[in-house]
Amino acid sequence: MSDKHGYMKALKCRECGREYPLTATHVCEFDFGPLEVAYDYERIKKTLTREAIAARPRSMWRYRELLPVAQEPTVGTQAGFTPLVKADRLAKQLGIRELWIKNDAVNYPTLSFKDRVVSVALSRSKELGFETVACASTGNLANAVAAQAASAGLKAFVFIPADLEQGKILNSLIYGAQVIGIKGHYDEVNRLCAEIAGKFGWAFVNVNMRPYYAEGSKSMAYEIAEQLGWRTPPHTVVPMASGSLLTKIHKGYQELAKVGLVADTAPKIFGAQATGCSPISTAQKAGLDFFKPVKPNTIAKSLAIGTPADGFYALKVMRDTGGCAEDVTDEEIREGIRLLAETEGIFAETAGGVTVGVAKKLIAAGKIPADSSAVVCVTGNGLKTLEAMQGHCGQAREIKPSLREFEALLEQMAKVGA
Amino acid sequence: MPKKVRIPTPLRKLTNNEEVVEVNADTIGAAIAELQAQFPGIGERLVDDKGEVRRFVNVYVNEEDIRFLKNRETPLKDGDEISIIPAIAGG
Repeated sequence: MSDKHGYMKALKCRECGREYPLTATHVCEFDFGPLEVAYDYERIKKTLTREAIAARPRSMWRYRELLPVAQEPTVGTQAGFTPLVKADRLAKQLGIRELWIKNDAVNYPTLSFKDRVVSVALSRSKELGFETVACASTGNLANAVAAQAASAGLKAFVFIPADLEQGKILNSLIYGAQVIGIKGHYDEVNRLCAEIAGKFGWAFVNVNMRPYYAEGSKSMAYEIAEQLGWRTPPHTVVPMASGSLLTKIHKGYQELAKVGLVADTAPKIFGAQATGCSPISTAQKAGLDFFKPVKPNTIAKSLAIGTPADGFYALKVMRDTGGCAEDVTDEEIREGIRLLAETEGIFAETAGGVTVGVAKKLIAAGKIPADSSAVVCVTGNGLKTLEAMQGHCGQAREIKPSLREFEALLEQMAKVGA
Repeated sequence: MPKKVRIPTPLRKLTNNEEVVEVNADTIGAAIAELQAQFPGIGERLVDDKGEVRRFVNVYVNEEDIRFLKNRETPLKDGDEISIIPAIAGG
């Protein structure tokens, strides 16, 4: 690395293009547009070759030149490089020639794609000299911040809606983070955190650290392309909460083409929401380029953002790439979770049920052609949202430790065709 | 009667670093005009050429998003608290 900012050039407003120094700031002072990291792609091109990447450790940091840290990363260095599973049995069920699951349900260390963004956010927070990190979260982000802050010796405050799934609350508490449950939905947590972030000198990963944080999501796209043998898939189905992941996966594909790692093949990006919180998919289906905020009501709590900050850009990506959005009901979400588990042995959280359910609908409607190939992004682990499936996937049959009882049970099961 | 307006960090340069300022207006639209009169330059940060609240600006009255109320016509009463908040990322 030749200068003090690594491969980063500046923070740049996505709306007006004004440039800002590479500090902990996230909003353009002139139009409130989000700031994004600008890179020196010409320099990146020189070192980031397929051969160089192949020789590096199997983590998201093998694409380090395209991630916004100045020095080598120090937090979450083993995050990412999750399996891309060829899902033949699910493909058959959904009626498509070829289907892949990008399985971030087994991301390290906290079993969701948030391990990627937090690894970047905390590595950068340390570079900028912060000692306390914080976030507004629907659960998974809180888990990732709590765990990675613990491993880095940083203090952590995580703010969550008070009614989250027990697994997600305990998964933040266990690491010794300060967990603050807000009596309200995520949009209210978010609003409060924006006000808190303005008052305390903390690194709020999705507020003042957002330009760095959000870039971590791109690594999912890099991995998908590398795992497919350095090509971008024609169709990618991505869950949408704020819409950030969808826009970053698109940016990731574009960057790979820009630095010459893949051919520019115009991949289509599809967005998935829960019907109970579908501001982006509702706008997309109505042909609008703006969304109307909603009050969330869905079991997919990790996607329950009624005022999606990147909704506008997510709509633009779908429009520009020829993709579209779809949404599914709570019952369809549960069916998606069961289908993925029964066909591929992958237990996804509710958001995964959303993407599988939406993929099914898009294939059935011909929006993703049956003779084609698609990647479905599974972003979190089902063990964290057990409540959603409790009472919806049968129950264990109990018997005494007796062979006779077992044989009787088998006979009974055969009768009812179980 | 005065209503409190919480000013977000990116705009405090325009309010001499004041976190909270007061307005007397009876609607959100009028409050933005009053802010502009008090702190020249702040209006164009909040609304676009057509007078619409900018895409990445969220305005709340007593913690409720004005898009769930009456947008710029949202009425204000004595003691109301207005928050101006940039859109932030997911979690």
